Order: sequence, then structure tokens, then C-alpha cells
Amino acid sequence: MIRTLETCRAQVRRCSLCGNLDATDPCAICSDGSRDGASLCVVEEVEDLWAVERAGFFRGRYHVLGGRLSALDGIGPDELRIGEMLARVQAEGVQEVVLGLGATVEGQTTAHYLAERLQGLGVAVTGFGRGVPVGGELNFLDEGTLAAAYRARRPFA
Amino acid sequence: MIASASAPAAADAFSHPPACAARRLQLTGFRNLADRRLDLPSGPVVLYGDNGAGKTNLLEAVSMLAPGRGLRRARAAEQACNGGTGGWAIHAHMEGPDGPHTIATGLEPGQERRRFRLDGRDVAAREELPGIIGVIWLTPAEDRLFQDPPAERRRFLDRLIATDDPAYAGLTSRYERRLRERSTVLRSGRPDAVWLDALEAGLAADAVAIAAVRAERVQSLDRVVAAAGGPFPAVRLALAGELEALLEDRPALDVEEAVAARLQASREVDREAGGASIGPHRSDLVAIDAETGTAAARCSTGRQKALLVAIVLGEIARKRQAGSLVPILLLDEATAHLDEPRRQALFDRITGLPGQTWLTGTDHAPFAPLRDQAAFLHLHRGDLADHV
Repeated sequence: MIRTLETCRAQVRRCSLCGNLDATDPCAICSDGSRDGASLCVVEEVEDLWAVERAGFFRGRYHVLGGRLSALDGIGPDELRIGEMLARVQAEGVQEVVLGLGATVEGQTTAHYLAERLQGLGVAVTGFGRGVPVGGELNFLDEGTLAAAYRARRPFA
Repeated sequence: MIASASAPAAADAFSHPPACAARRLQLTGFRNLADRRLDLPSGPVVLYGDNGAGKTNLLEAVSMLAPGRGLRRARAAEQACNGGTGGWAIHAHMEGPDGPHTIATGLEPGQERRRFRLDGRDVAAREELPGIIGVIWLTPAEDRLFQDPPAERRRFLDRLIATDDPAYAGLTSRYERRLRERSTVLRSGRPDAVWLDALEAGLAADAVAIAAVRAERVQSLDRVVAAAGGPFPAVRLALAGELEALLEDRPALDVEEAVAARLQASREVDREAGGASIGPHRSDLVAIDAETGTAAARCSTGRQKALLVAIVLGEIARKRQAGSLVPILLLDEATAHLDEPRRQALFDRITGLPGQTWLTGTDHAPFAPLRDQAAFLHLHRGDLADHV
């Protein structure tokens, strides 16, 4: 068991492109030619990448920031892989950046920051929708969630 | 030691839900009360005893059953009894609007943050306890509420709101975190303008949300307390502040943009002075004696106390009208500045409430009119005994 864990530890490496953890560099996702290179989903941590990947709806590529902006924790833009993300967007022909960041203070601040840095690069910037959960009722939602749902309203087809 | 308070002969107050009451309290290592167990009625409880007997400590223990820092705003580590392990616990059998619950809270020795358990499982208190327990209090510290800095009045108002709005405490703490984040970035050697833009956008959205919740609450409370009659004076309440003025005649989304622009323009000033130049942290709760038109801060000490009690009783009446949970009411030395008619009126109102009210005083005599409705507990140096 310990030997197996040690072997895993020795083999796991960080993907130099997206920041994912895998046995190869580039990782299996970045090496997969069938993935849609026009879409780049930006997440905070590797576990967020795996969560989106498990859901199976996203067929583009990822970029792991390695955290989120938090002045109180001493994490600024230079501590995150933001420069690498901007370079990839320009070099890989990305057309849409999906900001898959948490709905926390820091996650939303980071999303806003990235959206502003991506302005002028000619890419569409989108974020995960926030609001009424599947199966949810309006009268159980707090004001913040309800306001987010209102802002994210769309034509009823 | 076990103290069984004599239950009131009247019908159980929980024939009028929703309300809550602590029916049994088990204290471990808490302040000078150390280890105590109390069985309690659902109606009024009168605690009496000399100064320093532990009356406020017991009220504080009840206040700690709800999220927040309790009525003394003490750090959890300060609440441990002297000579103990440094930890403490409060376990309560509660009567809630939907039936009985157990709520436990405490501090593990060596930890900084207390934990909550609801019916035996760990919970996030701010999310799961509102609706099951709420606690409102008036202590001698609030006697100067109208003369204190606006921050005290905002805290008082926010506490009233948070007892029945689970999302509100989260909203205010998120706003405060964003303020601290912005101050930290502003004070850094090279403030990142894009980072500040992002923080200020979030601040502006939270600022407007907080102001909107407060405005709704103050308006609905004002309708109740402005119409009050009887011994307690009618009060007019309003919120004052630049943000509130903007919201009076502009849509919320416009105000969000205006606040973000103001924050951006005031970065240099805010870096020097600290804080932020606009936001709900600069608003004030204004109270006016409706009968005389006098600002509450300029009224006599007794009149201010009467206004304050009127606001608290008005908030409970408002909660009842709205079908919200009637909280436990803790009144520490609340009768001290009230004349006889108002004291009697307070007792009448308390005995008519569906929830539990705790009152304290150095002597039991002023509470004599409650002798058939309330349980009387005598405290002496942290020891509890039934009223004889």
C-alpha cells in the first residue's frame, strides 16, 4: 500500500500547460486532440477541474490558477497562474474563456479581475450561471442568490 | 447542582407558535457559573441577586445559543471559567416552532472558534439555526445607544434583522471581508487597479443589498413603533446616510454603479484614512421621540430607555405580524430607569408574549407583579437556587 502510494507520488507531475496533475506532461486532457481548443475553462484548483470533468458537459481545455485572489491571505495576481492563462489565450486560438470560479468573495473577485484582464483580447468571457438551483423554490433563496439569478435572466424560449 | 425553576401555572406559552424557549440548560466551564443545570419554563424567568452574582453571565450563556458573539461580544476564550481547561460548553433543550431540539455550543480547549451542534450533528450556525432560535437583548450597555457612535446603532439594527433573516449575517460578513481586502490592497506597495476594480464591484453590490434589507426592515418597524400607544412612547425610525439617499430616487443597479465609481474615485483618500468613503458602514439609525419630535439622543435617560424598550417590543410585535420566529428576549436590568406605569406595562407585554423572556435585577421585589407568571431564580456568587 505504502509502496503503491510512493509510486503514485513519484509519477504524478503538474502539467506545464494547464496546471492539472497527471502522470504525463502535458496531461491527458491537454494531449487529447479531440478536445475543443477554442474553449478554455479557468478554475481555482485541480479538484475543481476534476469536478467539472466528472460532470462530463465540458469538452474544451482547462487552466488551473492555483488559488484565488486574497489580499488577507497574501495571494495577489503574481501568485496565481494568470500570466500563463493570458499567454495561452493568445497563443492557442481560444475563443471563449469560461470562468469556473467559486461563488465566494475571493472567487468572485478573481473572476471579475480575470474578466477585466481579458478585455481587448478578442475572446468571449463567460461565467457559470448563478441563481435558482435545479429543484429549488424562490421563497427559500437568500437576497444575494435571488439578485444573481435576476441579473442572469434570459429570454424564455 | 440542579435548580428546577417553578413553572408558571398559566397555560404553556407554546400554544402560540412560532416562538422558542430554552427548557433545560446545561453549562460546563462557563464563566463563574462553571457547571450548572437548570430546568426552565417556557415563559418569563426572573434572575435576581447581588452585583457580580452571575446574572449577566447566565443571560450571556443563553445569548450564545444563537450565532454571533453574544451579548458581551466577548471572544470565546474569555468565556471559560477561571482555573478550568480553557474550554466551555452550553447544551440546551429547546422548544422551537417545529418542536423540541437540542442546541449545543462550546469551545474546545486550545481552539479559537466555538462549534455548534443541532440535534447531535455539527452545523453551520448562521445557516441552520435561524428559524429555530433567535435571541434579542437589552443590557445596560445599550442605555447609551442613542449617544454612542453610529456603529453601535448599526450593530443593534443588524442584530434585530439577523434573528430572522439567515442570509443577512452572511451578507454583512461578506461585505466586511471585502472592505478588509480592499484596505489591504490599497495599503500594499503597488495597489493593483484591476484588483481594486474587482473588489469595488463586489462591495457596491453588497452595499446596495445591505442598504435595501435595512431600509425594508426599518420601514416596517417604523410602522409598528410609530403607531404605539400606552406607557411606552411612539418612536419614528429612519436610516440616514449617503447610500440611503441615493437609493431613495434611483434604481438599485444605478446606485451600484455610482457606489463603485465613488469607491474608485476615493482610493487615495481611503488609503490614507482607512475604510471606505461610502457604504452601509457609514449609515446611521435615527430615532425620534414621536410625541415631542425630539431626537432620542437629546431625551432624558429614562425617556431614552423607554424609547429603546419600545423599539425592542415593537420589533417583536413586527416579527409576530410577519409570522417570523419570536426570539428569546433577554432584559438585563431593563427596569432600572423605568417608572412604575412603564414597568407594569413591560410586565404585561412580557406575559403576553409567546416566547421566553429573561429579566434580571438585584432584588426580586420590583418583579412582584410577575410572581404568578414567572419563574424566580436567585443567584449568589454563581450558585443558583429556587425562589423561596
